[in-house]
Amino acid sequence: MSEVIVFLFAAAIILIGAIGVVASRNPVHSALFLVQTLLGVAVLFILQDAHFLAAVQIMVYAGAIVILFLFVIMLLGIDKTEDLEVEPIAGQKPLAAVLGAALLGVGLTVVLVAADGVTGARQPTGVGERALDNGASDVERLGRVLFSEYAIAFEITAALLTIAVIGAVVLTRRVASDDLLPDPEPASFELPPLAPMIDEEEH
Amino acid sequence: MILALDPLFLDDIGLSIVLIALLKVGLAFVIVLVSVMFMVWFERKVVSDMQHRIGPNIAGPWGLFQTLADGLKLLMKEDLVPDRSHRFVFKLAPFLAIVPAFLTFSIIPIGGNFESKDGAIDLWGHDTFLQVADPPVGILLFLAMSSIAVYGVMLAGWSSGSKYPLLGSVRASAQMVSYEAALALSIAAIVLQTGSLSTHDMVVDQATGGFGGFIPNWNLITTGFIPFVIFLIAGTAELNRPPFDLVEAEQELVGGFHTEYSSFRFALFFLAEYLNTITMSAIIVTVFLGGPSGPVLIEQIDWVWGIVWFLTKLFVFLFSFVWFRATLPRFRYDQLMDLGWKILIPLSLGWFLFLGALDIGNDRGWDSGIVVAVTVVVGTAAGGLLMAAVRTARSERLSQEVDSHG
Repeated sequence: MSEVIVFLFAAAIILIGAIGVVASRNPVHSALFLVQTLLGVAVLFILQDAHFLAAVQIMVYAGAIVILFLFVIMLLGIDKTEDLEVEPIAGQKPLAAVLGAALLGVGLTVVLVAADGVTGARQPTGVGERALDNGASDVERLGRVLFSEYAIAFEITAALLTIAVIGAVVLTRRVASDDLLPDPEPASFELPPLAPMIDEEEH
Repeated sequence: MILALDPLFLDDIGLSIVLIALLKVGLAFVIVLVSVMFMVWFERKVVSDMQHRIGPNIAGPWGLFQTLADGLKLLMKEDLVPDRSHRFVFKLAPFLAIVPAFLTFSIIPIGGNFESKDGAIDLWGHDTFLQVADPPVGILLFLAMSSIAVYGVMLAGWSSGSKYPLLGSVRASAQMVSYEAALALSIAAIVLQTGSLSTHDMVVDQATGGFGGFIPNWNLITTGFIPFVIFLIAGTAELNRPPFDLVEAEQELVGGFHTEYSSFRFALFFLAEYLNTITMSAIIVTVFLGGPSGPVLIEQIDWVWGIVWFLTKLFVFLFSFVWFRATLPRFRYDQLMDLGWKILIPLSLGWFLFLGALDIGNDRGWDSGIVVAVTVVVGTAAGGLLMAAVRTARSERLSQEVDSHG
């Protein structure tokens, strides 16, 4: 019973957050709603005894990725209310609706129709040796699987992330050619105008 | 594996157990608030002593109630909300700062009999741990909360609609995010040592054994001091305390991210700052210095000694943080980032790998002398490569700048 109550609360938090991400016009508010959704999902993880996943969810997604979003939004000064009428790509909205519906359909099919779908069992119902032992904590089980069975995939993912970081650094490096560098002696010493921090229209 | 579960919840959960759990939460809340009051007074008193001033001495004996007076004064001040602020986020931010600070304290064992009862004490016939919660993720909760705490600072600066708070908050969040990595890597060494994430297991692990009967089995010693030093530096930076307080460098940024705050909301930021200082000291004590473990001197009052040892160790770090503030000049921003990214993170990662290699060596029966020798060679090579890379990058950047500017 208590599980259902917690689930309902968490689900409400997640859904409100998800709708908020899409519906709010200010990018910072969207990011905050995203955090709300992520925290709700963390609660669901705890409800399923996946404590480690919950902690990682908060540390990685809420603690690093959304912080990075906010950083970019704040530093670039694009924290303005967006006009939702403008469509950068033609036909974006109907396409999004179709894709969303398709994704929902796939999800529902897996949950409702598939033979090996959701069983409601708390522990994974693996066969024989693969069945994860009940005694160990979820951290221990995850670690064991990650560093034995999926060791190669794990290492490849690590290499991929490292390559991505190096790629990002290379892309943002300043090119040493004269025409790309700023004028060494600006004509006047006027400072560039500060980006307005808050949309003027609101006041 | 040590089973991390509070014995309080082993039996059926009845009314008395719920009451004990509630009592623990309430007590933790009171302890935290009182210790913040004490800490503010203590810091002002010690700093003034170090600067040959008297410090607060009017309100109460030795000025002990100065914090209370300041708090009341703050509550009665006008509550300002700047015109250009984002009102909702502006009002939300102080709470985002204070809640993680409170939550982190819940995983800290503040007492218990670690000599004969594995950290449990007897409360009205129920055995329980003297900590609010002992979740399986343990120390990860501390890391998660310190990454959530960035939101309070970041949103406070952004929503104020003013340039100094924005600059302060960008600095603060960049600093906190950078130093979190070093913090987590030095904790990883401890987790490797303990084999568990739970803070209670960490204390239990440090409570037994020891070298020669009188040197305690603290992680400070068993992990070889380096993670401790890194944690202390990274922790100070995470707290935005001097010498890493560029976040509120008064000469540059007025008051940093909370410049526009007044009254109760400012009080919340102030509270969060000192709360974090106390919690960070408590985490250091728990993780590196065996927390409340120590000898039980009189068996009849066994619950007292854990608290006594814990407070004694805690006090050392509270004093050190004040001492840092009174002694060390502030870092420059590029020095801060260099220290974090180019020294602390590689060093803590290298040390973690070294400890891991020793661990595997013990399992496989390798000669630990050879393991150390290989580690030294590999570590020196890696460090040399890193330093060479940093130096090359710097000289290239300088030469480019010289070229382009004539």
